[in-house]
Amino acid sequence: MKNAIGVEIPEYIEGLGKLEPFQGVWNSIIEDEVPVTNISRTLKAKKPHVSKLCKNLEEAIKRCKPFDGMTVTCHHHLRGGDGVLMQTIKILDEMGIKDITLASSSLTSAHDGLVPYLEKGMITRIFTSGIRGALGDAISVGKLKYPAIIHSHGGRVRDFLTGRIKPDLSVLAASAADEEGNATGAHGPSAFGSMGYADIDARYSRNVIIVTDNLVEYPCVPCTVRQHFIDYVVKVDSIGDATKIASGTTRITNSPMDLRIARIAATVIEHSGLFKNGMSFQVGAGGASLAVAKFLREDMKRKNIIGSFMIGGVTSYGVDMLNEGLFHSIFDVQSFDAAVSTSVLNNPNHIEISCDQYANPNNCGSMTNKLDVVVLGALEVDVDFNVNVITGSSGEIRGASGGHSDTASGANLTVVVCPAFRGRLPIVKDRVHTVVTPGESVDVIVTERGVCVNPSKPNLAAKLKEAGVQVVDIHDLKVEVEKMTGVPAEKQLGDQIVALVEYRDGTIIDVIYNVKNLS
Amino acid sequence: MLYIPGNNPAMIQQAGVYGCDAVLLDLEDAVALNQKDAARILVRNMLKTVNFYDTEVCVRVNNFHTPFGLTDLEEIVPLQPDNIRFPKTETVADVKEFMKEVRRIEKEHGIKNPTMTIHVMIETAKGVANVYDIAAADPRIDAITIGGQDLTADMGIIKTPDGVGIDYARKRIVMAGKANDLDVLDTIFADVNDDEGLRKETEYIKKIGFAGKALINPRQVDVVHDVFNPTENEVRKAYRVYSEFIKNKKAGIGVFAIDGKMVDAPVVQRAITVLEYAKIDLKEIEKNAG
Repeated sequence: MKNAIGVEIPEYIEGLGKLEPFQGVWNSIIEDEVPVTNISRTLKAKKPHVSKLCKNLEEAIKRCKPFDGMTVTCHHHLRGGDGVLMQTIKILDEMGIKDITLASSSLTSAHDGLVPYLEKGMITRIFTSGIRGALGDAISVGKLKYPAIIHSHGGRVRDFLTGRIKPDLSVLAASAADEEGNATGAHGPSAFGSMGYADIDARYSRNVIIVTDNLVEYPCVPCTVRQHFIDYVVKVDSIGDATKIASGTTRITNSPMDLRIARIAATVIEHSGLFKNGMSFQVGAGGASLAVAKFLREDMKRKNIIGSFMIGGVTSYGVDMLNEGLFHSIFDVQSFDAAVSTSVLNNPNHIEISCDQYANPNNCGSMTNKLDVVVLGALEVDVDFNVNVITGSSGEIRGASGGHSDTASGANLTVVVCPAFRGRLPIVKDRVHTVVTPGESVDVIVTERGVCVNPSKPNLAAKLKEAGVQVVDIHDLKVEVEKMTGVPAEKQLGDQIVALVEYRDGTIIDVIYNVKNLS
Repeated sequence: MLYIPGNNPAMIQQAGVYGCDAVLLDLEDAVALNQKDAARILVRNMLKTVNFYDTEVCVRVNNFHTPFGLTDLEEIVPLQPDNIRFPKTETVADVKEFMKEVRRIEKEHGIKNPTMTIHVMIETAKGVANVYDIAAADPRIDAITIGGQDLTADMGIIKTPDGVGIDYARKRIVMAGKANDLDVLDTIFADVNDDEGLRKETEYIKKIGFAGKALINPRQVDVVHDVFNPTENEVRKAYRVYSEFIKNKKAGIGVFAIDGKMVDAPVVQRAITVLEYAKIDLKEIEKNAG
C-alpha cells in the first residue's frame, strides 16, 4: 500500500505487526478521543519500610525478573557520555536474556558497543528517535533481526500510551536520587538538566530502576521523577563519562557559511509577521540552527521584542536569552549542556517538562502546538519540502528524528536551515532518501543561495520578497546547485527493509532499505 | 570587499553568498610562491563558471616586477572581471606601464568596449608620496585602496590597533581619491575575533572619508555593513531633504529650510550619499516629489 507521499509501505512486518500508512500531518490524529487501546499504569505494591536500595545494578535487574522477549528502556539525557544503557545490556546478556526489544529515547555514539548484541540476536528490535555511528551502520546493512522503528520524541510517548512500546524494565540514570527513587538531573556532580524523556519511562514501565552516582539524604529536592513509580534504587560509582555528560556550554559556530545561513533565517523570521511581543521560539543545538538564536537575540534587542517562551532542547545560549529578559520562560524537555542545569535548578521560569507535555500528538496540551517559530536542520531536503534528518549520502542511518516532525507540525512557521551543498553533494533533491518530516509541515527552507518558500504559503513569500529577501523557486535552486556539483550516483541498496520511519501519529511515513556498499 | 585566496576553490565557489558588496580573488600576497600558477588557473576557471550573484568581482594580480604579473594579466584581462587590482603602485609610470599591457591584451582579444575598471593599491611610502598623481593617471581607475600591512612594513613600523602609524597615509589617500572622484577603500582588520575592534576602526575610517573596507573573513561583513549602512532615521531624513529639494528646485528655490534648519547644496549632497548607501532610487523620489 502507498502512503500519502507515495511511499510503498508493507501492510505487515513479522515481529512488528500491522502497519498503517502515513495519511497527512493531521489526518490520522483525531481530536478529543483516539480509537486505540490506552495502556493503564502498572499496579505495584511495596510493604511498608522495605528498602528499595540494591547493592548493585545486577541485583536490581534480577529483582525485576527479566525474561526473554522483554522490552528494556533507557533515556538519552546523558548524551554521548551514557554508561548506563551498555551496563544494563551487558548484565542482561550475562543472565542469558535474549530477544530483547530496546526502546531508548535515542541512541548516541556511546552505544556503538551494542553491535555485537544485535549480531548474536540478544537485541532483536529497536524503537528509538535516533541512531548513529557503528550502530547505524550495523542496522543499515541488516544486522538487526527486525526493522528498527524510528519515531519522533512525541511519537514515543504515544507509542507508550497505545502499547506499541510496552516497557518491562526501565533503567534510568539520575544525577541525584534518594533511597525511595525521587530523582533529578538538575543537581549533583553529573548534573545534566531536564529529565523530560525519562519521566515517561518512569510512569509507564512495569519495573523501574533509578541508577545514580549521587545518593542524597531523603528527600531528594527538587526532583523530577517521583518515588511512587520507582521499584529499585542503585548507587553506582559512575553513570558514565562525566566529560561527555557535562560538556560545558554551547558555543555559537564560527563557520562563516553557517553564520550566513543563520543571518538569512533570522531575517526571514523578522519579516514573517510572527516577530512580535509574545512570540514563542524553538531552535536546535547545532551549526546554523543555534546561530539563528544569536541573530534573533540581536534583532529582538534592536526592535525591543519580548518573547513568551522558548521550548525544546535547551542550550546555555537559550538560558542567556531568558536571563536577559528576551523571553519570559523556557520549557525544557532536554538540556543540551551542563550550564543549563543550574538554571533548571534555580530559575522558576525555567520549567522542566515531560516529553508528553512537549510533543505528544495525542494529548490536549502539547507545547509544540503552541509554538510560533521553529528552526530545524536537515541532511537533505527535496522539491516538495520533505526533510531527511536520518539517512546519509550512502543511505546509511546516521541521524535523529528527535522532535523534528513534532515541532514542524505544530509551529506557525517552520524554518529549515541547510547549506545548498556539502562538499560535493547537493542537498536539494528531487526526492530525499528518507522522509522524516513531510513537506506539508515545512514553510521555508533557507540556504546560502536563496530562500525557498513552500508554494502553499504565497503570502509569506510576498512578505519576504517585499523585505528584500532573496526568494527562489526550489526547483531553480536545485538546478543551480547541480550545475556545480553534478547529480550524485544512485545509492546501492538492497531489498531488505532495515528500518521504518514512524510519523508522530504512529503511521509509517518512510521505509529504509539495506545499504549494499557502505563506505 | 572580502579577500579570498585565489588557490582556495571552496571559498571562491561560495564568494557570492556572504552578502559582501565585492570580493577580491587574490593571486598576490595570499598565495604562496609555489601555488601561483595553480591559483591563476583556478581563478581563471572560476571566473568562467561560478555565479557571484550581484557581488562585484575584483582580481588582484601580482605586481609587474615579479615573474607572475604579466602572466596573471594575460589570463585574467580577457575575462573582464568587474575590476582588476594593481598592487604596490608607486608611480604614474607604473600605472602607464600596467594600463599599456591591459589595453594590449584587450585589443588582442577583440575587447572593444572594456567594462573592467582598475583599482590601484598604495602600499609603500613612495606610493603615498605620489598618490595624487597616481589617482589621476588613467580614466579607468575608479578606486584606490591602502594596503596597511605592506605599508607599515615598508615604513619599518608596527601596525597598532589605533592605526596611528598609517593615519597620515589614510588621510592623504582619501584626499587623492576624493579629488578624482574615486571610491577609497581601507585596509584589512586582521583580528577576526575582535568585532569591537573592527567596529571601532570602521567607524573611524568612515568618518575620515573611506567608502568601504577590506575584509579577510565573511564573519566581518555584518559589522562593516552595520557601520556603513545608514540608520532608518538617517534614511527618512535624507528622503525628506531630497524630496523637498526637488520641489523647491522646480519653484526656482536653491536654499530652503526644514524644521528651521537651512538646507543648501552640501546638505542635499549628503542626503544623496545616504540614499545611495540605502540603495534608494533617486528617480522614484523625483517622481513622487513631482
